[in-house]
Amino acid sequence: MRYSGFRVIREALRGHTGWGAAWRDPEPKDHYDIIVIGGGGHGLATAHYLAKVHGQHRVAVIEKGWIGGGNVGRNTTIIRSNYLLDGNEPFYELSLKLWEGLEQDLNYNAMVSQRGIINLLHSDAQRDAYIRRGNAMMLNGADAELLDAAAVRKEYPYLNFNDARFPIKGGLAQRRGGTVRHDAVAWGYARGADSRGVDIIQNCAVTGFRIEEGRCIGVETERGFIGAKKVGCAVAGNSGRVMDMAGMRLPIESHVLQAFVSEGLKPVLPGVVTFGAGHFYVSQSDKGGLVFGGDIDGYNSYAQRGNLPTVEDVCEGGMAIMPMIGRARLLRMWGGIMDMSMDGSPIIDRTPVEGLYFNGGWCYGGFKATPASGYCFAHLLATDQPHPVATALRFDRFERGYMIDEKGMGNQPNLH
Amino acid sequence: MSQPNRLSGGLIDRSAELSFSFAGEIYKGHPGDTLASALLANDVRLMGRSFKYHRPRGPLAAGSEEPNAIVELRSGARREPNTRATTAELYDGLVAEPQNCWPSLRLDAMAINDKLSNFLTAGFYYKTFMWPAAFWEKLYEPIIRKAAGLGSLSMEEDPDTYDKGFLHCDLLVTGGGAAGLMAALTAGRAGRSVILADEDFTFGGRLLAERESVGGMAGADWAAQAVAELATLPSVRLMPRTTVIGAFDHGIHGALERVSDHLAVPAEGKPRQILWRIYAEQSLLCAGAIERPIAFENNDRPGIMLAGALRTYANRYAATPARRVAIFTCNDNGHRSAADLHAQGIEIAAVIDTRADAPDSDNYPVHKGAQVIDSRGRLDLKSVRVREADGTEHMIPCGALGVSGGWNPNVHLTCHQRGRPVWDDALSAFVPGKDLPPGMTVAGAARGIFSTHGALASGADGAAEALGIAAADVPTADDAPVSQTPFWYVEGCSRAWLDQQNDVTVKDVKLSHQEGFRSVEHLKRYTTLGMATDQGKTSNIGGLAIMAEIAGKSIPEVGTTIFRPPYTPVAIGAFAGRMRGKEFHPTRLTPSHYWAEERGAVFVEVGNWLRAQWFPLPGEKHWRESVDREVRATRASVGVCDCTTLGKIDVQGVDAAAFLNKLYCNGFAKLAVGKVRYGLMLREDGIAMDDGTAARLAEDHFVVTTTTANAGRVYQHMEFVRQCLFPDMDVQLVSTTEAWAQYAVAGPNARKLLQKVVDPEFDLSNEAFPFMACGEITVCGGLRARLFRISFSGELAYELAVPARYGDAMMRRLMDEGAEFDVVPYGTEALGVMRIEKGHAAGNELNGTTTALELGMGRMVSTKKDSIGTVLSKREGLNEEAGLRLVGVKPLNPADRITAGGHLMNAGGPVDAAHDQGYVTSAAYSPDMGSMIGLAFVKSGDARLGEKMRLVSPVTDLTVDVELASAHFIDPEGGRQRA
Amino acid sequence: MIIDHPLLGPRDSSEFVYLGDARMLDRPDPDAPDAARAFYEYGYLRDNPAGPHRELWFHEGGDRSWLVVTRDTVTHEITRVEMARDVARAKGRST
Repeated sequence: MRYSGFRVIREALRGHTGWGAAWRDPEPKDHYDIIVIGGGGHGLATAHYLAKVHGQHRVAVIEKGWIGGGNVGRNTTIIRSNYLLDGNEPFYELSLKLWEGLEQDLNYNAMVSQRGIINLLHSDAQRDAYIRRGNAMMLNGADAELLDAAAVRKEYPYLNFNDARFPIKGGLAQRRGGTVRHDAVAWGYARGADSRGVDIIQNCAVTGFRIEEGRCIGVETERGFIGAKKVGCAVAGNSGRVMDMAGMRLPIESHVLQAFVSEGLKPVLPGVVTFGAGHFYVSQSDKGGLVFGGDIDGYNSYAQRGNLPTVEDVCEGGMAIMPMIGRARLLRMWGGIMDMSMDGSPIIDRTPVEGLYFNGGWCYGGFKATPASGYCFAHLLATDQPHPVATALRFDRFERGYMIDEKGMGNQPNLH
Repeated sequence: MSQPNRLSGGLIDRSAELSFSFAGEIYKGHPGDTLASALLANDVRLMGRSFKYHRPRGPLAAGSEEPNAIVELRSGARREPNTRATTAELYDGLVAEPQNCWPSLRLDAMAINDKLSNFLTAGFYYKTFMWPAAFWEKLYEPIIRKAAGLGSLSMEEDPDTYDKGFLHCDLLVTGGGAAGLMAALTAGRAGRSVILADEDFTFGGRLLAERESVGGMAGADWAAQAVAELATLPSVRLMPRTTVIGAFDHGIHGALERVSDHLAVPAEGKPRQILWRIYAEQSLLCAGAIERPIAFENNDRPGIMLAGALRTYANRYAATPARRVAIFTCNDNGHRSAADLHAQGIEIAAVIDTRADAPDSDNYPVHKGAQVIDSRGRLDLKSVRVREADGTEHMIPCGALGVSGGWNPNVHLTCHQRGRPVWDDALSAFVPGKDLPPGMTVAGAARGIFSTHGALASGADGAAEALGIAAADVPTADDAPVSQTPFWYVEGCSRAWLDQQNDVTVKDVKLSHQEGFRSVEHLKRYTTLGMATDQGKTSNIGGLAIMAEIAGKSIPEVGTTIFRPPYTPVAIGAFAGRMRGKEFHPTRLTPSHYWAEERGAVFVEVGNWLRAQWFPLPGEKHWRESVDREVRATRASVGVCDCTTLGKIDVQGVDAAAFLNKLYCNGFAKLAVGKVRYGLMLREDGIAMDDGTAARLAEDHFVVTTTTANAGRVYQHMEFVRQCLFPDMDVQLVSTTEAWAQYAVAGPNARKLLQKVVDPEFDLSNEAFPFMACGEITVCGGLRARLFRISFSGELAYELAVPARYGDAMMRRLMDEGAEFDVVPYGTEALGVMRIEKGHAAGNELNGTTTALELGMGRMVSTKKDSIGTVLSKREGLNEEAGLRLVGVKPLNPADRITAGGHLMNAGGPVDAAHDQGYVTSAAYSPDMGSMIGLAFVKSGDARLGEKMRLVSPVTDLTVDVELASAHFIDPEGGRQRA
Repeated sequence: MIIDHPLLGPRDSSEFVYLGDARMLDRPDPDAPDAARAFYEYGYLRDNPAGPHRELWFHEGGDRSWLVVTRDTVTHEITRVEMARDVARAKGRST
């Protein structure tokens, strides 16, 4: 069913009786060509592009809970492609381009809003680093803009230009960055995939892989065995748990990242602002809530909840840079499980088990990557070749010494 | 007439009158009122507008679960948007304004949305506004954003302060109603340390709102008596106005105390609020219950509220929303409200009870088996439409309607560690489950024990069991059993509100199901049910029940969404506390900071340190003038730079040399006593971590320096290597960064200057104290000091360390004694220029991704020994022939600028990422070279010296022709530092 | 969280810095023939369990001890705290 303003009006006039389910609720078949484990943003996007780009229609997405219930449903909704390294930037730029056409592609308004993102800078060394990064972005065909303090002040006069401990000396802006209504991304991809014949199977946890002679031939689930020619795993924070069933250890740790939303407020913040001398980034949702976050709690966790020291650390960063939010109230705090990789960059690759493919290690940057992750994972699953922008995102880069370490923090996941 | 809806009795202080304003009108109230109770007493029911349809709204509740009556409290920089009128304590001069309405609360233009509601159903925006693509940001979204949101921030800095505090106790009791007071008495009388926290400004909970007796006296009197006793018990801490916001790991609770919110402005020196971290061995949740409404058509008009709230307003606040009131209930609770209101002289127009066997009353008509099916009244309730058991319908005029669908135990905090509540069939409500946060137990109504006696007893027992003590005697109180028959919504209703703030109706839940959003989380996210500032405290359960019914499931099968902290919203300022402005992070000052300030130094933040960046002289108009002068003067004669901020780590022990041999990739075992060596530390992954020097003061004693930025991390790493990898090495570490002030004295006259301060028995001649020598000396007539002959500037240079308390004096002495050599102090900029001129790596080069090989120090990595990082440094990706190498770079035209962060492209080749050859890490103007120079990582750079390249920096709009050069721009043979 | 330091008693976790899996104590033999592979696995692969996890914490804001903390990554319950040095010695890590 196509969505449109016309259709909304027509349905309004006839009591909304015509709306059907956004996706079906099918029984699993015995066998699929491709099974994608994980009904989050990445898994659903993978299924959508498998069907749409590669003509794969015997595809199932298998989800242990309800779709969109992982990190795509609990993030701070930011999209951007302001990366430094060649292994990353083209990938994230593809993602941003896919975001730009997403709503028309999916016929679903995910509220992609390119309201711009500014990473504030507070020292000369940081300016040097941002110039290098901005240049890398532009040389990769992305947009970037270096702002001096006066230019930042013009856009955000209420930032702390008064008594900041770390004065704002400028910022690196990406005007095409912005925010997206996160839940709608999952739903839009689900609807897109479903409409092309993909079975989305909710409440069906995978309990094991069936591997014969080094080849994965399907998955054991709570609802029985489901056969497949190929199985792709896109389960983010649960990567360790799932791949353990295939006997694999990963260059990944699971950590908790908290995020926060304030009560609804009349428009305050036009774009996304990231504090460069503390752990704080913020945007304002269309509903008016300030959506903000900071650093991960820092310890391995599968708990989807964090603790007060990090809450306080983030709010301190907020007050340091935006002292006018002091009387806005924090409404809700929550936590997601981040698949923190050893160099801070993701993996989209085959595994040593034939027919088993892996997508993970997104750290806390998985949301913005959703379209490209699905696009490239679909490409790999369908063609057995990495997509050209994802050639560096391989498992063996650690053993061979080709890390993609944006922050330069080395093999310690909680520092990325 | 003043306060026309003020009743008799109540817990307000009539001896004082408070004046306040709402929406520009002046009203009177009394101490003990909330803003909502005072407005109701003044016959004001309309207090707000809803989020989406801008429907007129009055208070639904009398506590923190309120969804409707939210206002902008206070004015100017203290404006607090979205403040619940139902919890805002009245004070004299209080100013509140309605929000989310224009031009006024009574006449809100955006109420047009209500007329269009059929088009604005749940999730309609996902289905439209897609074409043309550019219109979303330019047209649709700005309109939506402007219409959305609730209150407005002042946009000014919050003028109030917030504190943080830490408390420890044996037992934290959350909620000071019947159960909580009894629990605190039990623990306090036994001498156990107990904290009793309640969000309200008066302890007592529902005892304040009911007409029941406890221990032979009015419930409120018993509560006051209990509080008076608790106040005398030394181990009890009473915390009114304190909301326990979250139950975190290991018994740590967050709590917000509103110290000054009941005052016009905080008292001098007092914070507005305090965020407490309460470390509780045990906690007892006595958070009571929250009444649930019944959904029927147009159930959201001002004047329609929870029946229990009506009772609270009448009994506690002596206020009523109207003089003629009806009740709609499915349980006995509604009758209780009717009886209490009747006793206060309120006319009870009708009690409409859904039960056919509802109890009768002599005082008012009871409509058994009847339902309220609609209401009328634009800005105020005028009448309700009732469908009798026989199907007949008629209107009943009334100014207020109390609704009761039963009560839900307040399980919020029991779920903060991902526990889920369980369904209790007898109560038709969720009660706390088994997987509570460790150490937490639940008592009273929060546990589903609804009788007053039950609450008192379970509070006493809960505390007794938690602490292993005897329960206190429980006073007599009502103990009638309570049962609840669920009644969620009136059949056939459509625009019947569930989430009143977010305007989620029964119709939206049905549409959500129809479109496949059936999981409780999908329901929430698709319709926004329960996502408003009240987080669905009164609304979630109704939505779940209706979804369950449509889906043919039970309510527990549908389940609940996740309860997340904070229990009620908390000002962001409170979480930040004092860590704002200049106090965001501590500021570290070197011992000579005040001296530098006197000299007019310009300071720069380096981590938490402040360092002198340059020392401008009168007449110098541009920072470059000062920096160029400092460089020239140092290279011509002598300069002094404060390098105290470098990390300094004392390494002692028999195995000190062996330890450093493991730590640094280059060898240290054979370093002679009295010598310094440059050391490069790798991470275990083979990437350069930090560099510095290690000076051997004795066989078993080294002093290691680190870069300023990495001091903490290197120390941590060294302790890891010592304790975890080589636990039996005889070596001890201590950070002495703050213990020593350290000054670089550099330039051709450095030795002459030092000779004037170093005591004469120490020979500083080149023979006796050559390059890379070190020693413990005395200066200025016996002051203990350390001297290192090391050079970052490339000049004849020393670093002189004295105990920190002499740092200021040492710097002043060096300046005085150096006057004859025209000594200059130089700052970090000149330091940077000189190290770039010498090609020394610093933070910009040691950026966490570079290897020894890339830094031009590949040969330093010893192949003869194991050290941290050597094995993984051999990986192929870190050893590519065509990999990056550190080189110098200078513009072909000396007048051209170059910039750090610029990328290098082959001259004449394409300019794009695929042809990137490297990047400039550092750049500066070199007075000696007469042009800008830089350091750069370039592919195979060491083999390309002299090659002409193009430096591009599109983000700063710069393209320059450059030439690669040796990074040693000045004195490449190193003669000066050895002189 | 609260970490019950073997020497200092219960301390708030914000005094500590987290490193990760306590297997980082097991630095491989650099001279073994498979050292390259062993160091890769040591440096990069993690069990990352959902459940009990032995992990390294550094008491930076305290006595600068490294501790091995056994903590459940699902519930955050801490069941054991040991001095890392003792654990390392018990593993036979001596010079």
